[in-house]
Amino acid sequence: MTDLYQSQRAMRNMRRAAMQRGVVAILDVGTSKIACLVLRFDGFEPDRDADGVGPMAGQSSFRVIGAATTRSRGVRFGEIAVMNETERAIRTAVQAAQKMANVRVDHVIACFSGAEPRSYGLAGEWELQDSVVTEQDVARVLAACDVPDFGDGREVLHAQPVNFALDHRSGLGDPRGQIGNRLACDLHMLSVDASVVQNLLYCIKRCDLELAGIASSAYVSGISSLVEDEQELGAACIDMGGGATGISIFMKKHMIYADSVRMGGDHVTSDISKGLQVPLVVAERIKTKHGGVHATGMDDREMIEMGGDSGDWEKDRRQISRTELIGIMRPRVEEILEEVRSRLDVAGFDSLPSQQIVLTGGASQIPGLDGLASRILGQRVRMGRPLRVQGLPQAATGAAFSSAVGLCLFAAHPQDEWWDFDIPTERYPARSLKRAFRWFKDNW
Amino acid sequence: MQSLGRNRPLPANGVRRDPAPTRWQYRMQRLWLTPVFRVVFRLGLPLTVVALIATGVLYNDARRAAIVQSFADLRTKFEQRPEFRVSLLSVEGASRDLTDAVRAKLALKLPQSSFDLDMDALRARAEALDAVAKAELRVRSGGVLQVVLTERVPVAVWRGAAGLQLLDATGHRVAGLSARADRADLPLVAGDGVEAAMPEALAIFDAVQPISPRVRGLIRVGERRWDLILDRDQRVLLPSVNPVAAVQRMLALNAADKLLERDILSIDLRNQDRPAIRLAPFAMNEVRRAQGLAPTTESGL
Repeated sequence: MTDLYQSQRAMRNMRRAAMQRGVVAILDVGTSKIACLVLRFDGFEPDRDADGVGPMAGQSSFRVIGAATTRSRGVRFGEIAVMNETERAIRTAVQAAQKMANVRVDHVIACFSGAEPRSYGLAGEWELQDSVVTEQDVARVLAACDVPDFGDGREVLHAQPVNFALDHRSGLGDPRGQIGNRLACDLHMLSVDASVVQNLLYCIKRCDLELAGIASSAYVSGISSLVEDEQELGAACIDMGGGATGISIFMKKHMIYADSVRMGGDHVTSDISKGLQVPLVVAERIKTKHGGVHATGMDDREMIEMGGDSGDWEKDRRQISRTELIGIMRPRVEEILEEVRSRLDVAGFDSLPSQQIVLTGGASQIPGLDGLASRILGQRVRMGRPLRVQGLPQAATGAAFSSAVGLCLFAAHPQDEWWDFDIPTERYPARSLKRAFRWFKDNW
Repeated sequence: MQSLGRNRPLPANGVRRDPAPTRWQYRMQRLWLTPVFRVVFRLGLPLTVVALIATGVLYNDARRAAIVQSFADLRTKFEQRPEFRVSLLSVEGASRDLTDAVRAKLALKLPQSSFDLDMDALRARAEALDAVAKAELRVRSGGVLQVVLTERVPVAVWRGAAGLQLLDATGHRVAGLSARADRADLPLVAGDGVEAAMPEALAIFDAVQPISPRVRGLIRVGERRWDLILDRDQRVLLPSVNPVAAVQRMLALNAADKLLERDILSIDLRNQDRPAIRLAPFAMNEVRRAQGLAPTTESGL
């Protein structure tokens, strides 16, 4: 764990370097497409010491100058399955985005949807020594959180302090300088499969790029598609991607739970392909053009040409009604939503004060999905589109780009994570110069 | 690869071909997008190539000499075009004698290219003649070298150790003179150091205009002051300072008392407060006799 802790710290420094240089790339490694956005930072970063959140929460400080997307290859369930294929796809997307932006990009911030994310809620307590909370106390209370045994071969992707409590007062955002006796904190930790992260790191390294940050796509699509009061009051973002469906629950502007269902739009496509005996490409086209989840009487009369060039006239001239197509798609979509429902139940979504559910991601664009989802997930369901950011091409404003846009916001204004805080003094190596310096600073 | 900038229609089979760049293509593109590399490639590389070629060509001595020679030839050819040839010398603004003298002095070999003419040296040579006050040289269209002269005007005749000479108002020699009678219209000056005091002499000549028929000339004494010589060997000794005022006072005395018509040898005006008169011996004796004194013995001139 210390290893990843260090590498996350290194990534934060890399991100800072990239912001200084002014150009950073966003890479969304998905199952159906790989999107790359190139951001230019104008050098304006809101002062973190200033009151409140900076203007537009840091969204005004960057501009998208290059955007490219390519059909993903070698990615299954949001995880890299074939390394060199994925590397080629990343190269394609990055090259096109660089060409559009006309700058060379060296730093990339990536997100992925798979790798079986697991959420843990951690709590820690610390008795204050001199009744005023200092940065060292915050560091110690974070260090005091008892880390569960999340298993071998797993690493921490996010570890965000979501709440601080001082004695009996809870819900503190920033406890520094406050007076009390006992500081407690709640930490949300997301662990993922280490090998998936390693594979992604390797692919990006093979493309001559430096990784300046890594995020879960469920988290970042929540950032971009939930509006502010939803994030504040409590909402779940369902990011229906190609190979995986990400779930993230937000409360008080912090992610408190994330999960992923290993099913997505590609499974619907493969169902259609199998059910209608057509190639995947044709199935994908039929799905996007004629797909739906609610059959009506009108759909019995709408016939869909399936086409084909097998040479068999009978096979190539087949037609199906839209009702049949819906009959194939609906069970799979229901299955995905049921699975999401069960995950939300496990997470205790029922007990949140506001139970808003936002559907986003490429597969959420099936017509009539909101009706179906409200029957399965609850009444308060809406379709989400990512936030509008400066310079984003029209083609990249759809629901399929919510995680890419969220990653832009994440790059511009990352939430404080565990590794952004000070290291407690006693954790320093015994003979560290830094420690000596700190001792001098504290005592003189 | 596919930028999202513009919408392209989907191909008929529904699959947009999106081939991945090779590793080297990708690297080349990234290299090409590096600002330093672009500058080096677009500016540094051509400059280096040009510098290398130039060095290679100029490394050979003979080739370098040939290049220099060809430039020199080109220059010579250009200078010797008929447009730049000077074939005539025209001297203006002077008498015939002086014109001939200037021509002889310049001694130009015409025709000649105007690039070869050293105008400053030619002007210095023309102005080396005493009679030339100023010479202006210019090359006019049609290949004519025009020399415009300003002659010195003689204002006085100087009788010096080297004989008679004409001087201008600044005291500069203009020409020699064989006989005083040739320029009887000009006043005569004599003595050493006349040249420097020429303006003063002219002022004195101006002042004695009322008695000009009697004036013979001025003599410079000790390079310091003037003596005015009148006929009947009368001599007026002028002070070294402000001689014109002294002359005017003497003329006033003359107008009142007819001083100069009397039998006197000299008038000494060097002391302003006390002009002194020296009588001729005969007049002196007459004065003494009238006073009942014995005549002086030194009258036996």
